[in-house]
Order: sequence, then C-alpha cells, then structure tokens
Amino acid sequence: MTGDLVSALANLKEQEALEIVQNRLNAGDDPLSILGDARRAMETVGERFQKSEYFIPDLIYSGEILKGITAMVRPKLTKAAEVKRLGKLVLGTVSGDIHDIGKDIVSFMLDISGFEVYDLGVDVPAQKFVDKVKETNAGIVGLSGFLTLAFDSMKETVGAIEDAGLRGRVKIMIGGGLIDDQVRKYTGADAYGRDAAAAVSLAKKWVGGV
Amino acid sequence: MAKTPEELYQERVKRIEDAIQLKVPDRIPLVPHPGFFPLKYAGITVQEAMYDYNKTYIAWKKTLSDFEWDGYYPPLLLSGYVFEHLDYRALRWPGHGVKPTAPYQFVEPGQVIEGEREVYAPMRAEDYDWFLDDPSDYMIRAYLPKIIGALAPLTKLPPIHGIITHYQGLFDALPVVGTPEVLGALESISKASAESLNWLNSLTAFIDEMEEMGFPAFFRNVASVPYDFIANFLRGTRGAMIDMYRNPDKLLKAIEKVTPWQIQTAVDGAEATGTSRVAIFPHKGFKGLMSEEQYKTFYWPTFRQVILGIIDAGLTPFIFTEGDYTSRLEIIRDVPKGKVVYHIERDIFKAKEVLGDVACLTGGPPSSLLCTGTVDEVKDYCKKLIDVVGKGGGYILNPEVPLIDENPENVKAMTDFFKKHGVYR
Repeated sequence: MTGDLVSALANLKEQEALEIVQNRLNAGDDPLSILGDARRAMETVGERFQKSEYFIPDLIYSGEILKGITAMVRPKLTKAAEVKRLGKLVLGTVSGDIHDIGKDIVSFMLDISGFEVYDLGVDVPAQKFVDKVKETNAGIVGLSGFLTLAFDSMKETVGAIEDAGLRGRVKIMIGGGLIDDQVRKYTGADAYGRDAAAAVSLAKKWVGGV
Repeated sequence: MAKTPEELYQERVKRIEDAIQLKVPDRIPLVPHPGFFPLKYAGITVQEAMYDYNKTYIAWKKTLSDFEWDGYYPPLLLSGYVFEHLDYRALRWPGHGVKPTAPYQFVEPGQVIEGEREVYAPMRAEDYDWFLDDPSDYMIRAYLPKIIGALAPLTKLPPIHGIITHYQGLFDALPVVGTPEVLGALESISKASAESLNWLNSLTAFIDEMEEMGFPAFFRNVASVPYDFIANFLRGTRGAMIDMYRNPDKLLKAIEKVTPWQIQTAVDGAEATGTSRVAIFPHKGFKGLMSEEQYKTFYWPTFRQVILGIIDAGLTPFIFTEGDYTSRLEIIRDVPKGKVVYHIERDIFKAKEVLGDVACLTGGPPSSLLCTGTVDEVKDYCKKLIDVVGKGGGYILNPEVPLIDENPENVKAMTDFFKKHGVYR
C-alpha cells in the first residue's frame, strides 16, 4: 500500500492521497513512514519539473496537497522527522525588489531536492544576507530579482559578502526574468540560472564539489 | 528644409501603421517602451514624478526631443496623492514601501512582503459563486474594500441589489452609509476623485502638446487577458493555479464572465480617447507558469476572443507578452493577418519565423545588454535585428523589456543605428 501514496501525490491526485493517508493513520501506520513516502513523492514531482513534464502550477498544487497531508499527520507525531540535508542555502529577493513568485519556486524546489533553505523574503538588504550566512554557515547564497534595479542590488550584495570576508566560502547564484551571463559578470556572482531547475542543478553541483 | 512637426507627425503615424499592416514602411519605426527611463534620464525621481505631474512630462518631453522616436508610450506614473487618499494597497510606491528612485511595484492578492501577514487577502475560492452571481456587488462590498483602505467600511453595506425602494432596502442601507467611518470614506473618495481629475487633465494636455511637437502616442487604453484578470487581481497567482486543479469549472466560468468586459473596456476607452490601439499585457501564461494544455484550456481561448472582439470593433490589439513566449508562438499565430501587434520579449528571431507573416512584431535588445554592454555590442545586436527581424517590414523596434536603468549612451546608439541602417529601399 505504501506505493499508493507516493504515486497518488506524485500524480497530483489530492483526494486519493488524502484518503490513503487517513486509512494508514486509522490502521495505526507510523506517521514518519507516511511523511517519508510524501517526501519521496515530492522528489518525483521535482524530477518531473526538471524534465519539463511538470510546470509551476503542478509544483504549487503538490505543495498544497503536501500541506494537507502534513496537517493530518502532525498530531500523531511523537518525534520530529529527521531528514538528511544536502547543504544549506540562503535565499532572498534583493533590496528594492518585492517580486516573490520566482524566488518562492526556487525555494520550494531546493527544499524538496534536499536543501536546508533559509528564505529571507523580499526586498532584503545586503547586510541581512551577510548576517544569515554568518549565522547559518550556509555555503550557497541565491539572489533573486525581477527588475533591472536588482542588477545593482545584487552587485552590492555580492560586494557586502566579499567585504565581510565570506566570499571565499560561499558560492553565489543569481536568477530572475532578466538575468543572463552579462548580468552575472556585472554582479560578480558565480553563476546564474534560467529557472528553478537550473538553481537545483547548480546547488547540487556545488555541494558535490565541496 | 526641415519638416514641420505636423509633417513629422503624419510621417511617423504612417510609418507605424505600415509596419502594423505588414507593409514595408520607409524605415523601421522606433517605439521603445520608456518604462521609468525618462525620469532617470532627466534627473527626476519616481517620487517627484508621482507627486508633481509636470515633472513627469518634462522628463518625457526631454527624452522624446533628444531621441526623436516615432511613437511613445504615455507616462503611467499615475498620482501618488490619489493613492494616498485611497489608502491603496495593491501597489508599493516611493515613500510607501520603496525608495524614492525605485519604480512602483504591484502587490498581488495574498502577497506577503514583511513578516507573516499578507498585505491584502485574495478572493476566497468559496466566493466564486458570489462573484459569478453578482460581480458588481462582490467588487463593491468585498474586492474594493480590500485594495482600497478608504473603502473598508463598504463591507458593512447590505447587498446592493437589495436596495430598491423606500420600504425595502433604502432604510437598511442608509444608516450604514451615514456612520462616521463611511462618511469619512466618502470624503477620502471625494478628494481622490478631484485629484484624479487633475491628473487626467494634465495627462490629456501633455498628449496634445506632444502631438503638436510631432509625436503620436502609441496607445492609450488597456485591457486584460481574462485569466490574468482573475489571477492578477482576484485570486492571486497561486490561487488561480490551484483553481486549475481544484475548481476548474468555476475558474473557467469566471474567466468567461470577464471576457466581454475586456472588449467593452477597450471599446469605451477608444471612444473616450479617440485612439485605436489597445494594449494588453499578458502576464501569467508564459512558459513555466502553466502547461501547454492549461494554456489552451484556461488562457488562450478567451484571450483570443478578446483579440477578435477588439479587431471587430475596428481597433488594433497591441499585445505585450512578458516572459518566454517561444513555446506559445504557434498557438498565438491563430489571429487575422495584419491586425495584431505582438511584442516578444525572448527570441524575437524565432518569433519572426513563426509569426512574421501574420502579425507585426515589436522587440529588441535585452536590458542586460543596454544596461551593462558596450556601444559596439549594442550596434552588433541592432544590426542582427535589422537584418533578420526587420526583413520585409512588419517590425517596430522596442527593447526586450521596458527601459528603466539602461545606459543612455546605449539607448542613443540603438536609436541612431536604427535610424541610419533601418531604412528600407
């Protein structure tokens, strides 16, 4: 029966997934094994997104179904689920820019791909990125921005990380509708990604290389 | 002998019209979306421009006088005072959440900007029936009070359709209207209304003046893609996406409901302003934001209806696609020939291949190039644009995305290069 939840969630069958969870809880199944299946299903969702079989609405909807499952399982949990993480990543939309859709998708994809994501939200000043990197010891920073003013904010943020003496131990990726290699050079970031799938590939490459 | 502004005006109008009708004009018309660029170029902050309308017009006049483009987008700086009177929530503007020099930015329903709380709540999925049964009642008693703080008391009104006569409705509604908070709201609206009239009059005077200087406005009126109308303003991006799975029928009904409204707003606007082009800025249908199947179900059919309705009314839809539209090009090909203008942000070269024989295209250098590239790099790119996209007409130069922080030297290089090398015959 465990295969059912994985495929129901991965195939975005909300009713079916929630029913399976309810049945398993009623049968006294271990809540952690239910959450483990949910996580495996989300990995499949992420893989399908990376292969362009799924699109952003599929991700958002899978997240909604997962929320429902977590809400059902949580009261039965006696100990916290321990998940092995690939690495830590500080993410945010840079100063002056409040666009969040792209950043949220990147955050979501990195999370389901096994990264510990510290999402600082939108309009994030350079210093906040620096502080969070120091606090968490994260090895990757992701800067998001939709407007052209973000080019300068990204450059400032990379500069602030440099000034704080952290540049040597973090890799910085940037992304957003207008970002290309020309902007990457301008900002001094290590890489740019066209979409959330690219962000995951970059992050995996970087932690693999460490 | 120098041409008179009147002659230049006629020449520019014809140049643009020829391109739209897929004829070969005398040269490629230049109609860049100026975005917020003129302000920076003239040394005026966005904040100044939103509170001193004349400064906006000074900036636009300076930009057009210096670059002499063939058409222009009227400034959409709107009025900071009006937003203040309204306590407007759907926007962050200088002094209200963004820096004085930053462009104003739209706040989505349900968007969280600081802390944990959303700035204003999206329409709830349960409210589809309300919206579908009585949209104006929903707008007055639920939607507007959310995005306009001054109208918050309107949530207390009884249903508007129930206010019918002296013995039914009127005496239930009036006491609510008479409360100090509703009277206060009405006073704020009255101030906002007076100020918006000032703003509109100043804009109209500016457009007339530009005409006398020889510059035609490219468009005046705007309509929405029906899906975007729901996703941008009512349900939010996430809400509409989830509706595609959980409430597909309601979502479709709502989309169909608002479709004729878009055509009506285009026709009314054209009548009021005497201009024939209607701009549509499709936001939420590009690659990634939905699958092709979802695009064909929720996005394109009613979008196409709006396009055809606008054309049937004798007007020209100017469709400014945003994001990567490459995978949608074959779909949006299905429109009458020579009647539509498409702006393509990504891969204008591919768009020329797919759409070139059907629709006039606008597009141009990417903003990264214009912001951070060299003059020579800009010229190389422009040469490619002229050779490939300009071939055979049907092309209007317009950088990939609206200008904001672009380097004026590069904008000048682009302009001069097109005027010199974009000549036909």
